[in-house]
Amino acid sequence: MAAVRLEGISKTYPNGHVAVRGLDLEIGDGEFMVLVGPSGCGKSTVLRMIAGLETPTGGRMLIGDRDVTALPPQERDIAMVFQSYALYPHMTVRENLGFGLRMRGATRPVIAERVEEASRVLGLAAVLDRKPAQLSGGQRQRVALGRAIVREPKVFLFDEPLSNLDAKLRVETRAELARLHRRLKATAVYVTHDQEEAMTLGGRVAVLRDGYLQQAAPPMELYRRPANRFVAGFVGSPEMNFLPGDILGAAAPGPGLTLGVRPHDLAIVAAGAGDLDAWVDVVEPRGSELLLYLRLGADRAGAELRVITAPEPPIEVERVVGVAFDRARLHWFEPESGQRVEVSR
Amino acid sequence: MSVSESEGLLRGADPIRGVERQEARLAWGLVLPAVGTILLVALFPLAWTVWESVHLHDLRMPWLGRPFIGAANYLEALGDPRFWGALGHTAFFAATSVGLELILGLGLALAMNRAFRGRGLVRAAILVPWAIPTVVAGLLWRFMFAGEGGIVNETLLDLGLLREPLVWFIEAETAWVPVILADVWKTTPFVALLLLAGLQNIDASLYEAARIDGAAAWGQFRHVTLPLLKPAILVALIFRTLDAFRVFDLVYALTGGGPGTSTEPIALYTFNALLQNLRFGYGSALSVIVFAITFGLALIYIRLLGAELTGSKR
Amino acid sequence: MVALTLLVMASAFPFYWAIVSSFTPESRLFQSPPLFPADLVLDHYRTLFNERNFWVPVRNSLIVAGTTTAFCVAIGGLCAYALARLEFRGKSLLLGVILAVGMFPQISVVSPLYLVLRQLRLINTYPGLILPYLTFAMPLTIWLLVGFFRQLPAELEEAAMVDGASRLRAFREVIVPLALPGLATTAILTFVYSWNEFLFALSFTLGPERQTVPVAIALFRGQYQVPWGQILAAAIVATAPVTLLVLAFQRRIVQGLTAGAVKG
Repeated sequence: MAAVRLEGISKTYPNGHVAVRGLDLEIGDGEFMVLVGPSGCGKSTVLRMIAGLETPTGGRMLIGDRDVTALPPQERDIAMVFQSYALYPHMTVRENLGFGLRMRGATRPVIAERVEEASRVLGLAAVLDRKPAQLSGGQRQRVALGRAIVREPKVFLFDEPLSNLDAKLRVETRAELARLHRRLKATAVYVTHDQEEAMTLGGRVAVLRDGYLQQAAPPMELYRRPANRFVAGFVGSPEMNFLPGDILGAAAPGPGLTLGVRPHDLAIVAAGAGDLDAWVDVVEPRGSELLLYLRLGADRAGAELRVITAPEPPIEVERVVGVAFDRARLHWFEPESGQRVEVSR
Repeated sequence: MSVSESEGLLRGADPIRGVERQEARLAWGLVLPAVGTILLVALFPLAWTVWESVHLHDLRMPWLGRPFIGAANYLEALGDPRFWGALGHTAFFAATSVGLELILGLGLALAMNRAFRGRGLVRAAILVPWAIPTVVAGLLWRFMFAGEGGIVNETLLDLGLLREPLVWFIEAETAWVPVILADVWKTTPFVALLLLAGLQNIDASLYEAARIDGAAAWGQFRHVTLPLLKPAILVALIFRTLDAFRVFDLVYALTGGGPGTSTEPIALYTFNALLQNLRFGYGSALSVIVFAITFGLALIYIRLLGAELTGSKR
Repeated sequence: MVALTLLVMASAFPFYWAIVSSFTPESRLFQSPPLFPADLVLDHYRTLFNERNFWVPVRNSLIVAGTTTAFCVAIGGLCAYALARLEFRGKSLLLGVILAVGMFPQISVVSPLYLVLRQLRLINTYPGLILPYLTFAMPLTIWLLVGFFRQLPAELEEAAMVDGASRLRAFREVIVPLALPGLATTAILTFVYSWNEFLFALSFTLGPERQTVPVAIALFRGQYQVPWGQILAAAIVATAPVTLLVLAFQRRIVQGLTAGAVKG
């Protein structure tokens, strides 16, 4: 196991596209770090640079205390799970699992023993002699995982490994991954575009946008104290509401700020009894709760407000209701830079 | 600054370039044997041909040496009616055969694009002419067009289309018939396969959409098939034109360029100048002219399709 | 459907006719031949191999086409891999040059090749044919293989490198096994083109001892007339190996023939 340190890492492609800009990030020994962001934010490029599949155009990268910036992948002692799994189609599951060990010159008995163990952990013992084409999607995914863990590498890299699974299997495998990490205590870097996956898996989550690191923090910190408006909007579902700061009158800590409030931090009360009145536009039942789309303003043409509320009592559409804000959970942002404004309470 | 730190800084500045250089070195190592071979057997001789073409070099008259004579060989070619004749024959052959092949090939491709039983058999049947050596194909057609008792004459006589056997190879007009037919027979399959591959790339739902929009069969062909097939047609056209401009084997086997030189294409004329008359200077000038014409056509091909091929990585 | 059947028949007929005629006695070749002949004889084949030593050109062709193919697939394979997968300056230019060389007319290099081969005393030898054959076979091989290598997902190779393989090891352990069908197709196409080549073989051989099959057939002469029976029998012999290869691998060959051209 080893820590990974990125010091001012940049990547500019020959065509001029800048994928990553001066990234500083330290991934602790045994930490599970998730890189998340919309597509094109540079997260996959960062992962591929840690793997050695791409070379940074600036900065320095260390695994443990070794400078690996210029090392090819085979000399980095890392393992990677690819989005497509990249299983070798001409090899059996057993050969796939053992390939990395064979390349590193492990002896036959060692390979056999480790492959045996990994296949037991991952429930692949019955399919060891099949080729990848004969496996189900879930089994392929586990072979890809197994290929990484038999190696016992310094660092595990995951490139959207769950995106080819159906929704149910994805949730199951997510839990399995968390369990596996607890057991192996390995350093892991995990890339996803799905904020929910990032929140549930990450020991820490790094949010990227346009090649810049926005914030790197534990999931709940990210949720409670997003560093800027982008992170606030990206993390949490449904998305945070953003309103002009003066809408709550004197509650604003300064003039001209933007107010952010999560749908869960709003409550529906009788008309006239809350901070604001709003008109109910759409009601979406989500089982355990209701998601409401409200319209502000007397002419119903004002901002839209998303609110999560209990399914009882039922709420009818095209009615006016009152909305109460949880004053302890308001977020304030600079309008221009989007930076968070801390309010001392 | 400690030693290890300065070392780190040094390595921090350079190693990145190093990795790229390493990959480039490996690439050049892999590429070199093949590229070296091509340089040696193709590009170097090509340059030599150009050099020869501005010299007088006649293997029958070695005492003349190999003096530089400038553009004299080219001027001789330009003033040589047999050269212009050969060029004309080549252009005529290319235009006629490629035209027929495109029309027939398109029809064949459209027919094969419909799913039906025995498609593999059809594909196999049309691949056979493609696989036959061109010289052999030429001989087969010469045999079939034989004057007395050849199957073509016999059939035409039986059908009453001819009163007496026709000696095909004695007149220029009739000698072209087996030449063109043999080429169409041999290469239409290739054109059809190219176009078929193009047809199979067209999304079937486009036809459904066109049908819902009210296009009948002809409308679908006119507004969906043709425009989307244009690249494939273009490729087939250029490939075949280049090929037809080089025609040699077929004519050599079928007519030998005759009667007289009335079906002699440029490649055969050049071959005769080189290896029959041993006029290497003049023959090389002819070679350069053939090369220039095909190279012009090849440039169009690279311009149209090469950019797409080399530029689309990742 | 009817039109298609007719087209297929028209396409197959000359070949069928050649087979039938090659078994027809010489005396009856040009006498209103029946479409389905009754009396077939092996005379022409017997003369072909016993008197004309037709196995000599067959052997020559096998050696020349086989060596050309083996050399091109091995050397061209490495080159194609680099062109398909590695990043280096001048790559597009190189691809363009290779494509252009593959298209240029053979006749344009006949004169210097003849002079060089004469100087090196390679006229009428196997190397004297194989070297010229590389001018068209090498670009063809590279071009086809670049297409095949590009079809393989890059992630497989990346996975192999992350797993600890060097580039060359990844090429050997992962890319080559997966590219085998493509390599085989390329080899077949290169072989067919080399087997069928005529102009170089005609220009750079002098006598029957080094002539390839197409040249031998084209230069068949009888004492008084064209020995059609033997020519046709030889034609069948010349065509049989390539036809069998092509029929056995037709699906792949069609793929190979059309790959470079259509997808672009």
